[in-house]
Amino acid sequence: MPDTFALESEDIRKTFGHFTALAGVTLTVRRGEFVALFGRNGAGKTTFLKIAATLVRHTSGKLRVEGIDIREEPEKARRHIGFLSHNTYLYRDLSPVENLRFFSRLYGIPDSEERIMALLDRVGLRRRAADPVRAFSRGLHQRLGIARVMLHDPSVIMLDEPYTGLDANAVEILNQILDQAAAAGRTIILTSHDLEQGLRAATRAVVIDRGKIVFEGSPKGASIRDAYAAYIRVGVGR
Amino acid sequence: MKPVTAIIFKDILIEMRSKESVSSMLMFGVLVLTIFSFAFEPSSVDRSLIAPGILWVAFSFAAILGLNRSLAMEIDNDCLQGLLLAPLDRGSLYLGKVASNFTFMMMAELIVLPIFVIFNNLKFNLQFLEIAGIAVLGTLAIAAIGSILSTISANTRMKEVMLPVLQIPLTVPVVIASVEATSMVLSGETKGISSWLYLLAGFSIVYLTVSYLVFEFVVEE
Repeated sequence: MPDTFALESEDIRKTFGHFTALAGVTLTVRRGEFVALFGRNGAGKTTFLKIAATLVRHTSGKLRVEGIDIREEPEKARRHIGFLSHNTYLYRDLSPVENLRFFSRLYGIPDSEERIMALLDRVGLRRRAADPVRAFSRGLHQRLGIARVMLHDPSVIMLDEPYTGLDANAVEILNQILDQAAAAGRTIILTSHDLEQGLRAATRAVVIDRGKIVFEGSPKGASIRDAYAAYIRVGVGR
Repeated sequence: MKPVTAIIFKDILIEMRSKESVSSMLMFGVLVLTIFSFAFEPSSVDRSLIAPGILWVAFSFAAILGLNRSLAMEIDNDCLQGLLLAPLDRGSLYLGKVASNFTFMMMAELIVLPIFVIFNNLKFNLQFLEIAGIAVLGTLAIAAIGSILSTISANTRMKEVMLPVLQIPLTVPVVIASVEATSMVLSGETKGISSWLYLLAGFSIVYLTVSYLVFEFVVEE
């Protein structure tokens, strides 16, 4: 595999009993690319992202993250992956600092205190560092979720519907962090229902429908909007 | 060992905040001892015959409450998925949860056990320490199987019901061995106790090994 690929999937299939969630997804993402995945509910974009993040085992096919086969060396692959879904995976009874401290221990990050404080600064939560996460709004939760994702400085950042339930301020902070990560050469793969937010910084747009990629191309121009209209807006009624 | 200790410290910190796991196990354990003390008149039966059973009913049922709480902590906000994203083998996560569940169960039992001694007019002597030793072995086996069963039941719709339905039958051999060993200690006839202790240790090792190996498949969607 050329060393320029951050993610390479070959004919990834996933079935849950009789239901086929992914019917053969082949996608390559170059290092430093910002890929926006679109699709209606149940199209398979979350399943694909969860497989790439090693949270779900694929039925068949091959998937490599930074050249590492996720089935053969999942622990090694996870070091390169930062994954954020609409659930932030944070413990509500702990404070932001305690949550990040716990995850930094799991990831084996040495001298993590400075990094934790810098990340809390970046997401605007330094003043709330000792408050229990339970008291946080959805927006603050998601901001802390972003800090958790960035904690181990992953080279591939996967975001599943990250804009869901965020207010304008939180969207702005998320966009800033994603822009900084993209500028630093990180690979970003993002799923979204929102065409405008998804395309904002994307370098490539992909549409998934019924477990297959039905469109892949430039985020600029009319073709992605046509594909979105055909498979997502119209697809809602199907 | 770092991930294991990280999970233990995290769970202890959460327990210090919420005070839900140990306190519920403790309350339940004390209530069981109290109810059985009222149910059986002190002079009506030989206490050494029924007391071990009462103690292990209290321990094993209280453990289910603690395991349910431990499970709820990881299900809330999908935290289990956060653990699964860490660059660790799944077995280490399992061992971490076993260690924290075992710690909480032992904390509750360390308070329930003296109450059991008082209710049964026993003495705080070597006998007490021997029962505490049996409790450690029995609790380890219960925590080992309970930690994986709570993860299995997390993926079912009736989580709180599913855990005892799975847990109770699988811990029957552990409870029997623990009751027999405790009974021997209370009656003072400890000849042959080693076979029950070996059985307890054996179950702990088997449950730990098998669960460590299959945990990866249990947590996978």
